[in-house]
Amino acid sequence: MSTATSPVPAAPVRPALPAGSRRCDTTGLTVCLTAEKFIKLNAVCAVVFLLLGGIAAILLALTRWQAVHLLPVDWFYRILTFHGLNMLIFWILFFEVAVLYFTCTTPLKAQLFSRKIAWVSFAMMLSGAVMVNAIIIQGKADVLLTSYLPLLAHPAFYLGIILVAVGTLVGVFNFFATLYVAKRDRTYEGSMPLVTFGATAAAIIAVVTLLHGAIVMIPTFTYSMGWTPQPDPMWYRMIWWGLGHQSQQVNVCAMVAIWYLIAHLATGAKPVNETVCRGAFVLYVLFINLASAHHLLVDPGVGSAWKIWNTSYAMYLAVLASMIHGFTVPASVEVAMREKGHVKGLFGWVMSAPWRNPAFAGFVLSLLIFGFIGGITGVTLGTQQINIIAHNTLRITGHFHATVVGGTSLAFMALTYYVIPLIFRRDFIWRGAARLQPWLFGGGILLVSLGMSFAGSLGVPRRHYDIESAGIYGPATHLFLGVMGVGAIIAVVGLLLFAVLCVGTILFGEKNAGRPMADWGTARALVGSRAGSLAEDHWAMKGTVALTAVFLACFAVYYFANWKALADVWPVR
Amino acid sequence: MSLALPDRDWYKAPAGADKLWIGLALLWCFVMSVMMPFWHFRGKQNSRGEAYAVKPVAFLERTEKFAAANKVGERGGIPIAEPAPGGDAYLIGRMWSWYPILKLRQGETYRLHLSALDLQHGFSLQPLNMNFQVLPGYDHVLTLTPTSKGEFTIVCNEFCGIGHDKMIGKILVE
Repeated sequence: MSTATSPVPAAPVRPALPAGSRRCDTTGLTVCLTAEKFIKLNAVCAVVFLLLGGIAAILLALTRWQAVHLLPVDWFYRILTFHGLNMLIFWILFFEVAVLYFTCTTPLKAQLFSRKIAWVSFAMMLSGAVMVNAIIIQGKADVLLTSYLPLLAHPAFYLGIILVAVGTLVGVFNFFATLYVAKRDRTYEGSMPLVTFGATAAAIIAVVTLLHGAIVMIPTFTYSMGWTPQPDPMWYRMIWWGLGHQSQQVNVCAMVAIWYLIAHLATGAKPVNETVCRGAFVLYVLFINLASAHHLLVDPGVGSAWKIWNTSYAMYLAVLASMIHGFTVPASVEVAMREKGHVKGLFGWVMSAPWRNPAFAGFVLSLLIFGFIGGITGVTLGTQQINIIAHNTLRITGHFHATVVGGTSLAFMALTYYVIPLIFRRDFIWRGAARLQPWLFGGGILLVSLGMSFAGSLGVPRRHYDIESAGIYGPATHLFLGVMGVGAIIAVVGLLLFAVLCVGTILFGEKNAGRPMADWGTARALVGSRAGSLAEDHWAMKGTVALTAVFLACFAVYYFANWKALADVWPVR
Repeated sequence: MSLALPDRDWYKAPAGADKLWIGLALLWCFVMSVMMPFWHFRGKQNSRGEAYAVKPVAFLERTEKFAAANKVGERGGIPIAEPAPGGDAYLIGRMWSWYPILKLRQGETYRLHLSALDLQHGFSLQPLNMNFQVLPGYDHVLTLTPTSKGEFTIVCNEFCGIGHDKMIGKILVE
C-alpha cells in the first residue's frame, strides 16, 4: 500500500491519530509506522557498517602504532579503504536517512510520502554498500576512499558508490516529497520545528553533494570500463572533494539538529532565539559549497586568488554558523537549567545537568570535541597558506576524527539512546554500561585526535604504512603515535560496547510498548522554579558567555601560533 | 522547543548575549579572512599553484637533461644535481622514488619544477614539514629559498600503491 494516496486530515487543535500511525507512549507524539519501519532498517544497517568500520579502525591504529605494526602492507591499504568507506559513507549515510525520515514525519504529524520509494532507496544503498565492501575485501580496489586518478579500481567499486549515492538521493527525494505533502495537507500550522528545519538544510546540502558524486563517479566508472578516456586528475580532485568535503557539511547539519533535539529531550531546552538558530542553518546552505577548496590549497593549477576566495568564501560565513550554534546550543541548555532553579554561580547548571543520561553526556562531549578540537583545527588547517605545513599529514586525520567521529558519530550514538526505546520500543539492557559508553568513546577519540594532530605537526604523513623507511622520525613522534594507538583501543572498546548494547537491546531488551520508556535521567525542576521565567532575559546564559570566551581565546592562540610556525619554514611562492 | 512548532511570532532580532556573540564571531571571521590576502602580499610562504601542462614523457626528458648537465655526484645510483643559483631545478615523483637528489645553496632562490610520471604523489619536505601536491600532467613550480642548511628528506604523502612508504628523496643544502 502506498501512503502517497492516503489522505492526511488537516490538523485541528487536537488531531485524531492519522491512519498508519501510532501515538508514542513516552512523548505523546505521532509516529508514522512506515517511517518507523525504514528508520529501523536504516539504523540497523548503519550500526552494522559502524561495527565493520570499527574493527577496521583498530587494525589500522595498531599498524600505525609503529611499536605494534600489525598488518602486512597490502592489507593495511585495503583495510584503510574499507575503514574510510564504511565509516565516512555507509554508517553516516544510513543513519542520516533514518534521521531524515524521522524529522519529516513525527514533528510534522505527517506520513512518509512513499513506502515504495523508501524501499528503492534502501535496496540501492544496501546493494551498493555490499558491492563496494566485497570488491575491497577481494583486493580489487586498493585505492583508498578518495580513489584519486590515475589510481584505478575495479568498476564495481565505482558502480557501488554510484548506487549508494543515487539511493541516498532517492531517500532525500522521499523526505522533500513528505515535506511538500505535509505542507499541502496542512498537517501542521506555521513554520516547521527547528529540528526539521536543520534536517532540511542537511538534505539540501546532500543533494548538491551527491550530484558532485555523480558528476565525478560516472566518468570514472566509464573510464574503468574502458569506454571513455581518463578524466584529468586535477578535475577529479576538485569535483571529488565537492562530494568528499560537502558530505561532511551534511553531517554537521544533521549533528547540530541532533544537538538541539537531545538538549530538548534531556533538559527541556528550547532555542534561545529561533531566528538566530534558523539563520545559522541558512548560512550553512548558502556559504558552504566550496569547501572542496580546502583540499586543493597546495595543488598546482589553481591560483592564489582562487584558493583564498574559496577558503574564506564570503568571509567564513559557514564558520560563523557553527560558532553561532556553538553558542545557542549550550545557551539553550543553560537557560532551561536556570529556569528549573539551578542558578548557583556561573556553572551550577553544569553540575546539576543530567550527566547520567548517556544521550546528554554524548551530546555534550560531541559539542566540545567538535568545537574545541575539530572546529579550531579545521579552520586553521584550511587557511590557505597554513595548509603548507599541514597538507596530507596526520594533522588532517586528527582534525576530521574530531569532527566526524568525536562530533557526528558520537552525536548519532547519543541519539540512539532515544531511538531504540522510542522507535524499536525496547528499553536498553546494561544501563550502567550504557552510561559509561559515551565517555569511553569520546575520551578514546579525543586521544586519537590529539595523538594524530601532534604526530602530524612533527611531519608524519597520513595514509602511510611505515614511517621508519624515512629514518627521520624520533621518539616524540612515536610517543604521539602510541597515544593514538591507546586512544583507538579505548574508542573501539566504546564502539563495540555501543554495538553490543544496540543489538542486545533490539533482541533482548524489555518491551516498553504501552508505557513510557525507562528514563535515562532528565533535568529536574526545583521547587519554586517556573518554566519560561527567563524568556525575556537576554543575559541569563552567563556560563555560556564565559565558555565561548574561552573558546574564542583558544581559537585565536592556535590560529596565530600556526602563522608563527609557518613563518619559520623556507620562503616559497 | 526544538521538536515542536515554534510560536507564530518566532521572528525576533538577536538581543543581549547572542547579539554580542554574533558580533564577536563575525569580527573574528573578518580577521581570518583578511589574514590570507595580507600574508599573500606581506608574508613569505604562499602556495600560488603556478603550473604548466606537461606530458610525463616530456617532463622525464627535461629532468634527465637537467640531472646530466648539473650532476655533481651520485648516491645510491641516483645522481646529485646542483642547479645554478636563481635557476630551474627539476624533481620527478614516480613509483616509488624521487629523482634526482638536489643540492641547493642556502639563501639562493630556485624555481623547483615538480611533476609525477604515473600516479599522484605528495612532496613532503622533512623535518620542515612543507607539503605540496604533485600530479601527473602538471609541472608544479615552487619558487623556493632554502634558509637552513643540512640534509632534508622528501617523504611521499599521497598514497601511490604498495611501495608508497619506501618513496624517499633528498635535498641537500649547503
